[in-house]
Order: sequence, then C-alpha cells, then structure tokens
Amino acid sequence: MPVVIVDGQEIEIGADERLNCIEVARRAGKEIPHYCWHPGLSVVASCRMCLIETGQRDAATGKITMVPKLVPGCQTPVKDGTVIVTESPLVKDSRARVEEALLIDHPIDCPICDKAGECLLQDYHFQHGQPERRADLQPFHSRKRDVGPTVTLFVDRCIMCTRCVRFTREISGTAELMVTSRGAKEEIDVFPGHPLANKLSGNVVDLCPVGALGDKDFLYQQRVWFLKREANVCGGCSAGCSIHTEHNQDAVYRLKPRENPHVNTWWICDEGRYGWHHLHDQSRILDAARKAASPSHRGSGATPATETVEWADVVVKLRDDLKTAGRLAVAVSPMLTIEEAWMLCAVARSIDPEAFLSLGFVPVKGEDETFPGGFTIRAEKCPNRKGVEEVLALYGAGGHSWNDLVAHVAAGKADAAWITAGYPGPWIDTAVADAFANLKQLVVQDLFDSPLMRLATWRLPATGFAERAGTWVNVAHHAQSFRQAIRPPAGVWPEGRLFWNMLGRRGLYDATAVRQQLAASSPAFTALAGEMPATGVDLRIHQLA
Amino acid sequence: MKPSDPSITWLEEKPLGLAERLYLPLFVSGLSTTARHLVSPKVTVSFPEQRPKVGNPLIYRGVHRLNRDPEGRVKCVACFLCATACPAHCIDIVAAESPWPDREKYPESFHIDELRCIFCGMCEEACPVDAIELTSLLDLTGKSREEMIFDKEKLLSVYDMTKDAEPMKSASMGCTP
Repeated sequence: MPVVIVDGQEIEIGADERLNCIEVARRAGKEIPHYCWHPGLSVVASCRMCLIETGQRDAATGKITMVPKLVPGCQTPVKDGTVIVTESPLVKDSRARVEEALLIDHPIDCPICDKAGECLLQDYHFQHGQPERRADLQPFHSRKRDVGPTVTLFVDRCIMCTRCVRFTREISGTAELMVTSRGAKEEIDVFPGHPLANKLSGNVVDLCPVGALGDKDFLYQQRVWFLKREANVCGGCSAGCSIHTEHNQDAVYRLKPRENPHVNTWWICDEGRYGWHHLHDQSRILDAARKAASPSHRGSGATPATETVEWADVVVKLRDDLKTAGRLAVAVSPMLTIEEAWMLCAVARSIDPEAFLSLGFVPVKGEDETFPGGFTIRAEKCPNRKGVEEVLALYGAGGHSWNDLVAHVAAGKADAAWITAGYPGPWIDTAVADAFANLKQLVVQDLFDSPLMRLATWRLPATGFAERAGTWVNVAHHAQSFRQAIRPPAGVWPEGRLFWNMLGRRGLYDATAVRQQLAASSPAFTALAGEMPATGVDLRIHQLA
Repeated sequence: MKPSDPSITWLEEKPLGLAERLYLPLFVSGLSTTARHLVSPKVTVSFPEQRPKVGNPLIYRGVHRLNRDPEGRVKCVACFLCATACPAHCIDIVAAESPWPDREKYPESFHIDELRCIFCGMCEEACPVDAIELTSLLDLTGKSREEMIFDKEKLLSVYDMTKDAEPMKSASMGCTP
C-alpha cells in the first residue's frame, strides 16, 4: 500500500486511488484551504490558496528531498513516499498573502452579504489571514448584475475562482458563464441574450465560495446562521437526490444538495431546489373533514354538509365507515415512504382482507434528461415508486398500477376507495375523477383541492416531503432514510401517524421502528435493517451478493 | 471548594468589647446617620412631576430609535446583527432589496418589542452602521402590549423627536456619518 506522509503522519492510501494533496491531508485531519478546487470539477489551480510544501521520500534510503518552492495541493497528485507539509511558516505566510491580495479588491460588505456566515473568504481570513490590514481599504458596495432568472451576480465580491464557469462548461454543458477582461479587471459575465438559464443553474450559488453568486429565491430572506439543517431527500423526482432542508421556525428557506456519491454527487436540479414552496401554500388542506355519504346528494348538485373531525375520531370513524361500505380499493401513493405504504396496506387489509391494493398515480413529465456531467433529472416526478411497488408485492399486489385501480373502480368492483396522493401540483382531471363518483365511501388524502377531492366523503390532509420521516427508494433501488425536518401545519397528522394509530399501535409514530420491522419481516427489505448510513443503501445489496 | 481547601483562611469572630455590649454607642451612631440624611440635600425627585436628570445621555440606555441618514432614509441596512446579538429576541426584521440605487438592502419592516427588551444595549454595540441607538428617554408606557411593539415608523419618529436633544452618537464618537 502506498504511504503518504502528511505533517509527519503516515497515511496509507489505496493502491489504485488517485488523490491530490488536499484529499490526502483531509484523511490526516488537516484541512488545506482552497477556493478554486472542487472534487466535481476540473483542476485549474488558479486561486493559490492551497499552496503547500511537498517532497519525496526515497524508498531505498529513506532520505527526504523537498521541492524548493510551494506547489498547489489541488494539482499535485500523491504517490508512495510523497511528503506534504501543510503548516510550515512558509505555507502560512503564503496563505496570509493570498488572503490579503483577495481582500484588496473585495467590498467587505459582509453585513449585507447573504453569504456571511458560510463564506470561505471570511472563514479563511479568520483562520489564515493577517490580523491587521496593511492597505487602506474602505468598504464599498458591490456592483450587481442579473445573469439569469435564478441567479444574481455581485461582481465585486467575486474572487475569480471560476468554479461557476467550469460548472456550466463541464456539468450542465451549457457554458453560459465566462470570464471577461484580464488581470485585475477580470469579471464573470454572460453573453448578451444568453442568460444563465439551465436546469442546474442553482448549483453555481452553492459552488461560489464567496457571496458573488446569490440565489434570487433566497436573497435577503434570512441570515444563514439562523437556519437549522436536516439531512433530507428531495421528493421532486425518482432520482431521490440527497439534500439538506434548511429551515427556521417550521418554515423552509432553501434546499441545498448533500454530497452523496451513490445518488447525486454534489448537485441538485433547480426544479428540486425550488420545489418546496408548495409546503407553505395557503391553499393547503389542513382539516380532516367528513361529508354525508349518500350518493344522491352528489347527483342533485347540492353540497352535502361537511363536518370537521378530530384526528382521534378519524382513527375510529374512518375504519367504521370503510368497514360498513364493503369492498375496498386503496391507491398507495408513490409520494409515501415505504414505512407509510407498508402500514397503509396493513390497515387496508385489516379493514377488508380482500382489499384491492394498487400503486397510486405516478406523475410523469417529459423524458429523463442527462447532462454532460452525468447528472440526470428523471421524468417520473415522484420519489418512491420502486419502494411502494416492493411493498405492494409483499401483499400480492405487485403489478397493480393506478390505471388498474381506476378500471377496478369504474367496473363497480369496489364500494369504497382510499386514495393517497400528496402531489405538489394538480394531478387528476374531472374525467378520471368521475370514475369514483358512485362509491359509498371515498377517502382522499392530498395536499390540495382537486376534482377527486371534491367528490370525497372523507377529506384528509397530506404532508409534504420535509414534513415526513421514513425511507424512499429511488429509481436505482437506492434506499435513503430521513427524518422530519419541519412540523406540518398545526393540526395536520402526517400519514405515518394516522396509519400507526389506525393499526392500534401505542405511543408516537416511530419510522425507524417500522423500518426495522419491515426489514425483519421480508427478504426484499433486509438491506434496511439496523442503522441506515446517511448516504443510504442499495436495496438489492443482498440479492447481488 | 471544600471547607478543607488549603486556600481558605478561617477567621474567628472577635469577642464583643464593652462598647458593643453596652449597645448605646451603636444606637447613637445609627441614629446619627438618619439625622444626617434628614438635613442633607435630597437626591430623589417626585416623578413624574419632576424629571430625573440623566447623567450622560450618550451612554444612557432608554427607548430605542432608528437613525436616518443625511437624506432622511432609514440608516439600517437590514444586516440582522442586532437581532442576532439580542439576548431577549425582541427584534424582528424583514429585509428586502432597497428601492435606492446606492443601497442594496433595507428593512422592509423593523419591530422591537419594548416589553421584551431588557435594555442591555447589545443591539447598539452590534450595529455596523450606527443605525440603532438607545436614547435617554426613560419613561416608556403604553395602554396595551401591541402598542409597546414599536415598528419602523415609530422608531424613526423617536429619532425625529430626540435628534436635536441627542445628536447621533456617531459624530462625537467617531463612527459612520
């Protein structure tokens, strides 16, 4: 095994690992500061912040020969016997000078800069900069430039690391951003008439180590130090990207990609990034309500009386109503977690042992779109179709799709239906909903009003992605567990809690306990037993082995 | 610290002398303090008919005000540093893009709950542009809790009311104009 010496510490690396000095130093617990280097982008070694001393140990004699000048750590690959010195006076002095040079052109408008608090320039200045300024610098206001529908460029805050430029060239493949002028007059810009408008554009804001690129959606909304973050999974499509939900006082402020080499690497798409606004939509359904169940009311056009039902009563009355109605059909939404889906199936079969179970509506928009950097946006706009299908297979309903359920109901084979939804936008039209018009009981659990919701005898609110806990299985059978980031609006029970109570289980809904039971009870889910790693597991791991 | 700690020096109480045991000399010395204050000049005032004199208005911590810049606009840049520093969490700011070309950000709304405030002056310390200041107004009353939540207009009006008596501290303390 090759051995690299980092500040006197011997670090073993894999024989076929290709690492640079920054990555090896990180394994030794040493952070080499860097701006322009990013593991997902090409190396330019332009910021000079990662300059370090390196050398080579002679394998035969053990004698160390140092390179006489500093080298950029990002650009220097390591091999057996490489010696790295990250904290010598020479290195420290170099870092302080780089910081000083960057700050000469910087507006130092940290109080009004949205990046303050998570800014590398700020952090490195405190860690590696000089305690006093030698230049007579006055804070000034940065020029602002509109570079696209989602991003604002604060021209003077930029330190010209060109991460954003490389991102648009290498990952999104759209190359909107460029560097204009040269030397001290360098600026990031776009060509006239070609704004930064690709589907991954929000990532340049995450990449920016300083406050030069601002997310219009988040600009001025909140200071970053007020935000709390919860590791979560994006529910926007079946790719299931790992994200951080950043929130404060039960309000989501932004979503950020979470590094996950198995799923999304470092990126997320704009659709997912800005796909949380529906959580705070005023038109969400918040009360559990029950309508007089006689079909004649609906035929006459008169609105039957609805009564709001307490959640504790929903648990009892819903079961009674469905039991009285007779043959049950249940649509298990692909927005539900596998824990919720499993409990819902159990509830349904406990009400009607012959209940018809099927997958809920699967929204599909366009086609899968893969970018040059390998990132793929899936056409299937739901996070857990694979997981729900696996759960349904446990109940012998593996192949049933939403269309099968509609046909089943339209053929009059069911007296009651329970439709779980939870989609962020409109999903069903009147023509499809009409198939459900003549049921004795229709339970609809959704975020927003819909033609189907208007027919429902039981209207139940659903919860959004950040408000639920559980496990989603993405299109590649990769399962990721996550916890609840924010509480749902006051009075709304997450689906899991309702199903948990309807199963007669005591105490608070515990998604982890349900997941472990599920893993223990079925070979298809064995991979989910025990603690789940933050990056998730492949559901087929035992089948592959 | 235990009683056996060597850094503690234990002292015995002195036994009472004759004067203490007689009680009369102590009685006289106590009464003489009372008598001296009876005739000395008064330090209290009959508030609210009389106003107490504030020693140094520059460092007094009374009602807040939001300063205006030379053009009469609110000086605050909505950086939230006062809200971050506030130990009582009584400051609530909503930031927005400023309508003026020379400024980037400004407070769309700015609320201070004067009932929650503990008048510690941390907001004034934290402000990078000297926009929030504590005046020497000390009698703050209201008829309802809602009335005691000061909004931006009210805080600016405190500035208009007090700016002549108490000019912005920035000038005399070498801060931002």
